[in-house]
Amino acid sequence: MNHVPLLSARGLSKRYGARIGCEEIDLDLHEGEVLAIVGESGSGKSTLLGLMSTQLESTTGSLAYRRRDGLSVELDKLSEMERRILLRTEWGFIQQDARLGLRMNVSAGGNVGERLMAVGWRHYGQIRSEAQDWLARVEISADRMDDAPTTFSGGMRQRLQIARNMVTKPRLVFMDEPTGGLDVSVQARLLDLIRSLVALTGLSIVIVTHDLAVARLLSHRIAVMRQGRIVEIGLADQVLEDPQDPYTQLLVSSVLQV
Amino acid sequence: MHSAHAEMLRIENVSKSFTLHLRGGVNLSVVSSLSLHVNAGECVALNGPSGTGKSSILKMIFGSYLTSSGAVLVRSGAEFVDIAKAGPLEVLALRSSTLGYVSQFLRVIPRVSCIDVIASSARDDGCDDREAQSRARSLLARLNLPERLWGLPPATFSGGEQQRVNIARGFAAHRPVMLLDEPTASLDAINSAAVVELIAERKAAGAAILGVFHDASVRDKVADRSVEIQPVERSEICD
Repeated sequence: MNHVPLLSARGLSKRYGARIGCEEIDLDLHEGEVLAIVGESGSGKSTLLGLMSTQLESTTGSLAYRRRDGLSVELDKLSEMERRILLRTEWGFIQQDARLGLRMNVSAGGNVGERLMAVGWRHYGQIRSEAQDWLARVEISADRMDDAPTTFSGGMRQRLQIARNMVTKPRLVFMDEPTGGLDVSVQARLLDLIRSLVALTGLSIVIVTHDLAVARLLSHRIAVMRQGRIVEIGLADQVLEDPQDPYTQLLVSSVLQV
Repeated sequence: MHSAHAEMLRIENVSKSFTLHLRGGVNLSVVSSLSLHVNAGECVALNGPSGTGKSSILKMIFGSYLTSSGAVLVRSGAEFVDIAKAGPLEVLALRSSTLGYVSQFLRVIPRVSCIDVIASSARDDGCDDREAQSRARSLLARLNLPERLWGLPPATFSGGEQQRVNIARGFAAHRPVMLLDEPTASLDAINSAAVVELIAERKAAGAAILGVFHDASVRDKVADRSVEIQPVERSEICD
């Protein structure tokens, strides 16, 4: 494992006028690491995800990323063109609402295939077979390949979104409540899929979730956010079993035991 | 593995207390000034009444509890790493190379089959798929888990079956330092005997084992020494 962080935030803040979205975030993400950002609604976790993935522009602070070629780049200094190339070739983004991450009127195969075309694939047969391969890996059967995701269930749409993102072999994927709003059994299947992708590909993930059980099962480290700040960060099991911050203790003790 | 008698784990003057912010900042001391060591090829039992912090000691070594003061030294190659001061990445690295831990409760992703849970632990230990599967099958057979259950996720298993899956997962990775928290707590005599055998094998292979064994007959069979854990004076101090 390379010890230079893959993604490194320093003093990252986002203010909406007087209101604080995120305040003074220092955070390193390492290669192959899954980092969960937890907190209640309005704690700033989605804002932080937006900042780290450059979907949102920060008010102050810096964000550095170590590219596949080994070069570290300051993300806010990239041109729009360079940023778009990076997003297409090295990153993925899984939205909670799959409708935002998919093209709903394009076939499942097309949803996956168009990402390959965006990184330069031209041969129709190869694109189709690679797309089919990824659909199979997320357990979408070949006979649904030509159907549009409008005809898919919520769990299938989410798996399709994962295939669409993974087909270009990203190094870093951002996930915003990827299992939110799904039935528990569907959620379990998705967690299993994400876990096996991490084990097989060495992918790094930043995942926002309000579900501490999801954070525990998927992540190496957990960052707890409150009022735009990280109040505690550490190993996933340590943060949940031996929380230090008063707010984390409240959060952990508020979870229903099954 | 290291040569016989090499010190693998050393705990120096370790204390642990919890600050309970939801109870007005009460400070609860659970472990006080504990020192012990475990050598390669040796099994040491933590003894004492329940509530004396035995599980907390194992958790501090594994890094799921922070250590309030003192040093928790785990050998990694030629050096010792102090878990009490190590960062998350160092602890994770030690867990994937050196530290094994069998907790009291099984915690897994709901849909994964029990054989895959165990094989994945063997794969983390560097086995290829084939060897991982064979380790998993052999452990499940030795722990007498009916073969019809192997392909099912363990969520619906009985307490004893889940604990055997948990033990198989722990023993599928051959780690030089193993922490066992009541591994036979919900097992019958036959399965306890199987666990005793697994522990003896790991010892013979040079593992250093620290465990809590409530069952005195199991403890007598596996432990070379015991460390008595004294109850901490339960003084609750408000900040």
